[in-house]
Amino acid sequence: MAVTVSIPTILRTHTGGEKSVEATGKTVAEIIDDVESRHGGLKARLVKEDKLHRFVNVYVNDEDVRFAGGLDAEVSDGDTVTILPAVAGGMR
Amino acid sequence: MLQIRRDLVDAIVAHARKDHPDEACGVIAGPVGSDGTARPERFIPMLNAARSPTFYEFDSLDLLKLYREMDANDEVPVVIYHSHTATEAYPSRTDISYASEPDAHYVLVSTRDPETHEFRSYRIVDGVVTEEDVEIVEAASPVAGPTESYMFANTGSDDKPDT
Ligand SMILES: [Zn+2]
Repeated sequence: MAVTVSIPTILRTHTGGEKSVEATGKTVAEIIDDVESRHGGLKARLVKEDKLHRFVNVYVNDEDVRFAGGLDAEVSDGDTVTILPAVAGGMR
Repeated sequence: MLQIRRDLVDAIVAHARKDHPDEACGVIAGPVGSDGTARPERFIPMLNAARSPTFYEFDSLDLLKLYREMDANDEVPVVIYHSHTATEAYPSRTDISYASEPDAHYVLVSTRDPETHEFRSYRIVDGVVTEEDVEIVEAASPVAGPTESYMFANTGSDDKPDT
């Protein structure tokens, strides 16, 4: 199964500058592992202690996976997985 | 250095004042020029999903929509702004830990003083904050085509000091 993974600017150093890469897998976790096997270093930027890092948002098509099972969110052939850094901050 | 039009500065400050005491946030997008630098052009106020006086966060679906829109327009987030409503306009530890656009100008506005505001700009790269100068430019007058030379004279008083 092929899925398109859209990579944000800040992580393109791991993909040789590519804006998107192809990957296979049935869940977000499998997709990340598959991308990691070719683009080492990406996973550590996305996953911490088996959970998605709070600094990143991951979407399957138009859905934020935080509300759809997190790393276990299902992915099907032809889906687009989009990774975006969260834009947030605070006073402290 | 951040070069930014006065009307965009005014729009950011007005947004910050309107949402006070909650933090306001948004983006000014712009195209990347042939010299590789990007000019801030399109003002996009965002909803602070946290609706908080001490925290701001773009709603995750709004964020996705914003990035798709910028992608389709060949734009980048030139300015990412937010307000501090009780403290100075300097990036906090949280701001720095979230900052992930090394090419963006991180603009902070402080609205703690009801009369005057602070408007400052920073680069935040790998956790290192560098303040930069802000040059406010007057909006360029529209380029008059050969058949459009009848511009109304600006009769408004011009006695506002350039600050
Ligand atoms: Zn802040």
